[in-house]
Amino acid sequence: MSLFTEFPEMTRTELRDFKKAIDGSFKDFIHAYGEGIENFFKPLLHFLKWFEDLLVGTPWPIMLIIIALLVWAGSRSWSLVLGTVISMLVIGYLGMWENMMFTLALTTVATLICIIIGIPLGILMSKSDRIQSIITPVLDVMQTIPAFVYLIPIVMILGIGLVPGLIAVIIYAVPPIVRLTNLGIRLVDTDILEAADAFGASSRQKLWTVQMPLALPNIFAGVNQTIMMALAMVVVASLLGVHGLGLEVLKAVNSQYITLGFMNGLAIVAIAIVFDRTSQKFGKRLQKHSEVIHG
Amino acid sequence: MASHGIEVKDLFKIFGPHGEKYIEAVKNGMSKADLNEKHGHVLGLKDINISMPAGKIQVVMGLSGSGKSTLIRHINRLIDPTAGSVHYEGVDVCQMSKSELQEFRRHKTAMVFQKFALLPHRTVIGNTVYGLELQGINKGDAEERARKWIDRVGLSGFEDHYPNQLSGGMQQRVGLARALTNDADILLMDEAFSALDPLIRTDMQSVLLDIQEELRKTIVFITHDLDEALRLGDHIAILRDGEVIQQGSGQEIVLNPADAYIADFIKEVNRGRVISVETIMNKTPIEGAVEVALKTSDMLETAAQAMAQKHETSANVYDGSNNLVGSIQLKETIDAMVTAAKH
Repeated sequence: MSLFTEFPEMTRTELRDFKKAIDGSFKDFIHAYGEGIENFFKPLLHFLKWFEDLLVGTPWPIMLIIIALLVWAGSRSWSLVLGTVISMLVIGYLGMWENMMFTLALTTVATLICIIIGIPLGILMSKSDRIQSIITPVLDVMQTIPAFVYLIPIVMILGIGLVPGLIAVIIYAVPPIVRLTNLGIRLVDTDILEAADAFGASSRQKLWTVQMPLALPNIFAGVNQTIMMALAMVVVASLLGVHGLGLEVLKAVNSQYITLGFMNGLAIVAIAIVFDRTSQKFGKRLQKHSEVIHG
Repeated sequence: MASHGIEVKDLFKIFGPHGEKYIEAVKNGMSKADLNEKHGHVLGLKDINISMPAGKIQVVMGLSGSGKSTLIRHINRLIDPTAGSVHYEGVDVCQMSKSELQEFRRHKTAMVFQKFALLPHRTVIGNTVYGLELQGINKGDAEERARKWIDRVGLSGFEDHYPNQLSGGMQQRVGLARALTNDADILLMDEAFSALDPLIRTDMQSVLLDIQEELRKTIVFITHDLDEALRLGDHIAILRDGEVIQQGSGQEIVLNPADAYIADFIKEVNRGRVISVETIMNKTPIEGAVEVALKTSDMLETAAQAMAQKHETSANVYDGSNNLVGSIQLKETIDAMVTAAKH
């Protein structure tokens, strides 16, 4: 009768051996390939370092002008440019300029890598239902597994530093762009695809003349989500020793400094709002001609 | 002018995972309903044989679900047949490899769609050059050729507009310009004017007839509108439930409907615009002075108008090379215009 009252679980020793076996083989794996993996990511480290130095090294007024121009190019909205400049000035005045640049560098590089990985993966998924059925659950896991869990193997392999932080951010931030690229391509009007077929388009021509342009607004919504998620991860990334606004928040948590925490937290919010509004306005402009005007 | 017709032979299409398994059964008379209920397959086309004339307009007419859109998609193989063949220039389109088919679609056919199917992110000129762009023709040449056709369909000045800035009629003009710019011998028009307002539809029919006068392409035109079919079609095939139930010229169909279904169809037709003078004339010309002269190709409506205007009750008829070949009476003309089919 004990079967009903006690769960038929593994014995303590079995369970210990089971965990030990996996941990052991993972450690062996790291022992064998750890250095190779680290070397593989070296160029990424150099690039990120270079980009950080570039942002921090550029005199603040020039940086401010560049950011204002980028916001203008994306949004074509003076009020957003003004809001951006004011919030940047306030953040700088409160002594967070350099940390903001570190955070911007990490977010930008993470987003770029997400785009480079995510869009081709999304295209691949849209081409085949089988690939979609394989990749979708992987994306589900990436989005729902607690970040701390995958920090463990990352730290074991790459230790503490910029690259592990970057990888953690990418794992968390890449799913939306993959999903929305796939969705965007699958949602393209079949009538238009048929027309492309009728005119003799090859599948490559179809992709570049019909599918990608028409999926662009969705892909862009994916980029927007990816940026937001990357920003949300900067505090977790600071656990891996990534400097920037996130690290200040972490310090504030550890020492119970309310003001420091909120200042840096709100600075992250400000960056997020600027990114979000700019990319949304840009996305809207992309689909200007796709909207049907009824009348 | 297009020199080759399109031969559709013994074409069957059965939709479903194992269409080919039921070909024999369908040939032996299994009905569409039986196939659907017992085997879960849908009979799209059954034993289609149509010889589409070169340089003429072939109309395929039928109501929704008759298989007409399925049929036109077999000509450029947007749909693969279950059995049968479509021959053009001696080659079976159904046997072409992927690359041959791509070349065939690029150079031999062009298509106009019911819902226009324009690229919303491209301007009028960007849409019009699409076919040439796929062929790899450089942008300058392509745009030059496109402009000519944009002008021809009456869209000059709209080159840089986006489709969503244009009305339905104008969008379909873009669709037509896109197809014509391809300079293909075969023009496939899938209910091309069905989505347009009646006035604009008539207008577009005139544009098409006008262009055809000059180009003499082999046009396959799908419609559910009998008036449209009779106005445009040199040769008409009527489809019902995936089968051709009658084919011939508009006049043949109106004068001799094959069954009650077609008779019902043509009840509302303006016969005066379909039946020619030649059909009802007497082979004996009227002697002496006759006020009204008609041509064999004139329609009865024209004949009645001409006679009424001059207060005459008869007219002499001349053929294409102006030889006197016969005569008609006003009474016979009016009789032929109003008599219903004998079914």
